[in-house]
Amino acid sequence: MNRVIVTVVGKDTVGIIAAVCTYMASKGINILDISQTIVQEYFNMMMITDIKGCTVPFDVMSSDLQKIGEDMGVQVKCQREDIFDKMHRI
Amino acid sequence: MINISEVLETNKMIEQENLDVRTITMGISLLDCASDDLEHTCRNIYEKIVSLAKDLVKTGEDISREFGVPIVNKRISITPVSIVGSSCCKSPEDYVKIAQTLDKAAHEVGVNFIGGYSAIVSKGMTCSDVMLIRSIPEAMACTERLCSSVNVGSTKTGINMDAVRLMGDVILETAERTKERDSLGCAKLVVLCNAPDDNPFMAGAFHGVSESDAIINVGVSGPGVVKYVLEHLPQDTNFEILCEAIKKTAFKITRVGQLVAQEASRRLHIPFGIIDLSLAPTPAIGDSVADILKYIGLEQAGAPGTTAALAMLNDQVKKGGVMASSYVGGLSGAFIPVSEDQGMIDAVNAGALTIEKLEAMTCVCSVGLDMIAIPGDTKPTTISGIIADESAIGMVNQKTTAVRIIPVIGKKVGDIVEFGGLLGYAPIMPVNTFDCSVFVNRAGRIPAPIHSFKN
Repeated sequence: MNRVIVTVVGKDTVGIIAAVCTYMASKGINILDISQTIVQEYFNMMMITDIKGCTVPFDVMSSDLQKIGEDMGVQVKCQREDIFDKMHRI
Repeated sequence: MINISEVLETNKMIEQENLDVRTITMGISLLDCASDDLEHTCRNIYEKIVSLAKDLVKTGEDISREFGVPIVNKRISITPVSIVGSSCCKSPEDYVKIAQTLDKAAHEVGVNFIGGYSAIVSKGMTCSDVMLIRSIPEAMACTERLCSSVNVGSTKTGINMDAVRLMGDVILETAERTKERDSLGCAKLVVLCNAPDDNPFMAGAFHGVSESDAIINVGVSGPGVVKYVLEHLPQDTNFEILCEAIKKTAFKITRVGQLVAQEASRRLHIPFGIIDLSLAPTPAIGDSVADILKYIGLEQAGAPGTTAALAMLNDQVKKGGVMASSYVGGLSGAFIPVSEDQGMIDAVNAGALTIEKLEAMTCVCSVGLDMIAIPGDTKPTTISGIIADESAIGMVNQKTTAVRIIPVIGKKVGDIVEFGGLLGYAPIMPVNTFDCSVFVNRAGRIPAPIHSFKN
C-alpha cells in the first residue's frame, strides 16, 4: 500500500490547501480524497494520497510538507494509512 | 475508506493522551555463543548481538516516523547468561566480563537496555547459577544498560528458598555497590516467579531457551488513552458500559502494537513473536494506572475497592487486546510500579497506599511489587520474606509475579529518591519490621502446590 494520510491542523488561513496541493502536484503525489472540519475553532483537514508516483522519498515529502505548514502557522503531518486502518477496521 | 474523525481520534491519542508503543524488544539466542574460553565467548556474544541488532534502533525510528506513533524504547533480550557462561566462567568475576561485553554491545547498537543477565533457578541452582547470582552486585555497579533477573519459583516446581535467601543478600549488596546513585542498581534487578520466556519489558526480559534464534516482541502501552475514555464517561456509568469502553480502547491500542511489530519483523527479517498487552505507565502526567483507578471511582489508589477495580481493568485490557493481536504473551496486564506512575506516588504520599495493599493488588495484575523504594537499613531476611510472599502469590495463582525493590542506602521513610527518566522518583515506603529470619533461613524449597499436578 502506498497510501499516506496528510493532516493539517491549525488556525484557518487563506491558501493552505493551495500550498499543500501545489507541492503534491510538483512531486507526483496523487490526491484521492480531501475532507475538512472545524473542531474547537481549529481547521482540520485530511487528505488521502497515493505516493506510488512520488518522486521524493517519504521522509523528504514529510519534512517538506511540515516546513510548508510551519511557514503558514499550521501543523502538517504525514502518516502511512495502515495505522488508521489497523486501529479502526477489523 | 478512513474518515476524518477516525484520523483525528488516532492523532489525539498520540498527541494528547500519550499513546505510544513502549518497546520493540529483539530476543536473541546466545546458546551458540558458548565455548570453554571466556574471551572467545565474549567475542561471540558481542558479534552476534551487533550483527543481528545493528538496524534495530534505526528501524524503530523509521517506523515511528512513517506511522507517526512514538516507539519509546528499542531493547534486546538474550538467553539467560548463567547458561551461556556455564562452560567458560569459573568465578563470579568471569561473569562480570560477560556483563561488560553485553553493556558494550548495547552501547554499540544504541539500545537503552539489554536484559538477560539472568538465572532460572526455580527448583535448584547449579554452580554457574550461584556464580552468576553472586556476580550481580558487581555487574550492576560496572554496567549502565544491563538488566538482571532471577527466577526463583514456579507453579510446577515450587519456590527455591535457598535462592530467595540468597537474593535478599544480593539485592542489599547491589544497593550498597550503587549507593552513590541512590542504589540505582536495584532498579535493574528483578526477582521473578513463573517468569515468561518472551517478556519484552525490562528489567525482567530474557530470551528463554524455548525460543528460536531471534524474535521480535513488542510491548504496547496507553494508560493515558484509557484514562481519557473513562474521564469522559458519566460517574454513574454502569459496569457493563465501563468495561466495554476499556475493552474497545485496549483493542485500538493493541492494533497499533501489532502493526508496529509486523513492520519491524518484516524490515528486520526476524520473525514476530508476541505482543505484550500491558498498561505500562510512565512518570508523565496522565499516563498513570492509578489515575485510571481514580476515574473508576476511587479517591486514591489503595482505597478499599482498589483490588477489585484493578482486577476488572486488567481483565478488560486482556479481553480487548487478545483479539487485536495474532499472538499474545509476555506479562500482559496492568503494571503498577510506584516510582514510574505519578498517581501511585501521590497515593503513597497521601498515605493511601502501603506495601501490603500493593501486595494484594499484585494478586490480580501483572506483575508484582515493582519499583518500590524502602529504607536502606532493611534486613536481608526481610527482603527475602517479601520475595517469598510475592513468589507464593505467583506460584499458587499460576501467574507471573516479581519483586523489584530498592533498599536505598542512607535513606529513611519519608525521604524521596530520584532515579531519573522513565524510572521516575519515589518516596521511601515503610516495611513491616517484624522478624522472619527463622523462616527464611530454612534450607531447601517450598513444594509445588497441589493444583500444579495436572497430568
